[in-house]
Amino acid sequence: MTRLQVNGRTVEVDADPATPLLYILRNDLGLNAAKFGCGLGQCGACTVTAGGEAIYSCLVPISALEGRPIVTVEGLGTPEHPGPMQQAFMEAQAAQCGYCIPGMMMRAQALLEKTPGATHDEVRAALEPNLCRCGTHMRILRAVSRAQELMKGGR
Amino acid sequence: MQSASDTGSRSFSTAQIERGANLAAIGNCATCHTAHGGRPFAGGYPLKTPFGTVHGTNITPDRETGIGSWSLADFTRALREGMSPEGHHYYPAFPYAYFTHLADDDIGALYAFVMTREPVRATVPANSVLVPRLAVAVWNAKYLHRGALASDASHDADWNHGHYLAESLAHCSECHTPRDKLGGEKRGEYLSGGEAGGWEAPALNEHSPSPVPWTLPAMDQYLRTGLVDRHAISAGPMRGVVENLSHALPADVNALARYIVSMERKGPDTANAARSTPSARGEQLYAGACGDCHDRGRIAEGGALPLKEAIAVALPTPKNLIHIVQEGITPHEDGAQPWMPAFRGSFTDKDLAELLAYTRSLGGKAAWNDVQAQVQATRKEGEEK
Repeated sequence: MTRLQVNGRTVEVDADPATPLLYILRNDLGLNAAKFGCGLGQCGACTVTAGGEAIYSCLVPISALEGRPIVTVEGLGTPEHPGPMQQAFMEAQAAQCGYCIPGMMMRAQALLEKTPGATHDEVRAALEPNLCRCGTHMRILRAVSRAQELMKGGR
Repeated sequence: MQSASDTGSRSFSTAQIERGANLAAIGNCATCHTAHGGRPFAGGYPLKTPFGTVHGTNITPDRETGIGSWSLADFTRALREGMSPEGHHYYPAFPYAYFTHLADDDIGALYAFVMTREPVRATVPANSVLVPRLAVAVWNAKYLHRGALASDASHDADWNHGHYLAESLAHCSECHTPRDKLGGEKRGEYLSGGEAGGWEAPALNEHSPSPVPWTLPAMDQYLRTGLVDRHAISAGPMRGVVENLSHALPADVNALARYIVSMERKGPDTANAARSTPSARGEQLYAGACGDCHDRGRIAEGGALPLKEAIAVALPTPKNLIHIVQEGITPHEDGAQPWMPAFRGSFTDKDLAELLAYTRSLGGKAAWNDVQAQVQATRKEGEEK
């Protein structure tokens, strides 16, 4: 049994410890925000955070994550009380098919928690591992910028 | 328009400029003279040395901030003596100790090339080197050996050409030969390995750690593409080298490859002690994080370098592998290739050390020492940037 801390809750997972986190999130815990895009760390659709660091959940086995707080999009807020990142993405309507978006949000979340004053160039560089096929990039950048404002206490 | 200098009017033939472009690619000028995200040759690239950080200068033909006012004589002096037109010394991080061997017409071609680049107005950050420039004169007395390279009659013209390219331009030895406390090359240990920018530059001679002995086709392919199926991928400082060599004349790269391969006289592998034992946890981490790409074979979609014979796994220290795992390997901006993802943040230091120890056990060499300490040291180095 592997004990994981996900979105503030402790869960016991009965799975092969070599199983990458993504499969546990989706198949065992019903947390479907993180997506399977490639399973190879090439697209970033699976991005979540562990201890505040953005990771490819398709590549990190759960045995490596015991005792480290994992956060997914579902942990950023609720439909009734969305967190700043979710609020910003809704305001900017930053999604077309939406497949890349949770990964984008979590990578941006990791960046802004570490570097609240990240410049535009730093945001672009940080999001480089996350691919978007629909071309939503400009809206995503606007959303991250807005999230920055909201996280600083803006309205 | 630049005014006439003591070389007469500045007009260069296309052939000369193209020749200069080829030489600049072999010399890898662009990497040290271009900042990350900066304009080509406009300087600002920080080169960390044991003596402090030196920034590559602006060598575009801008008259105020670049070298636009330089004559051919000024340029020649910089390359051959490491002196600026104003008479002060460049730090030997600028490899003039190699360029000093360049033939006159090659220097002329390089001059034609740099003087026809786009002028960029850009000042370069201050260096943080504590050694006074005058001390470089002392260093030069000991380490700067001026004059042409001696040709080796026991080898053919092509080998000698490769030797010339390696020692006067590509400056492989700058990183791949150990240096003494003054930062000068230990000539007696030529190509026995060294370091560059926090990465290990493997030995290229009889001490080569490569599990697969280099052949000419493999080395040629590596230098032009950075990728050899069985055992090698270019990463760290070699990425810039390979990126530039991919634009050089194939015949020149082949001559360079031939010279380097001739240095790897494979002696008995005394470093091959008992293979280290894999740990269960390391195996499990590998299965979850690495196996899917690294075990499926290169040809298959998404396939990555099989690790059993990979050079990074066979090096004396895990330093390069730590960089590769933490930072990933990203293709160049215009390149569309699969990349090694960055695993920074994915593992605790202890787990990463287990994982690296496991990958080491896949190759045929004895265990690395203090892997966890090296993981921490590498991270600290990175934070100091």
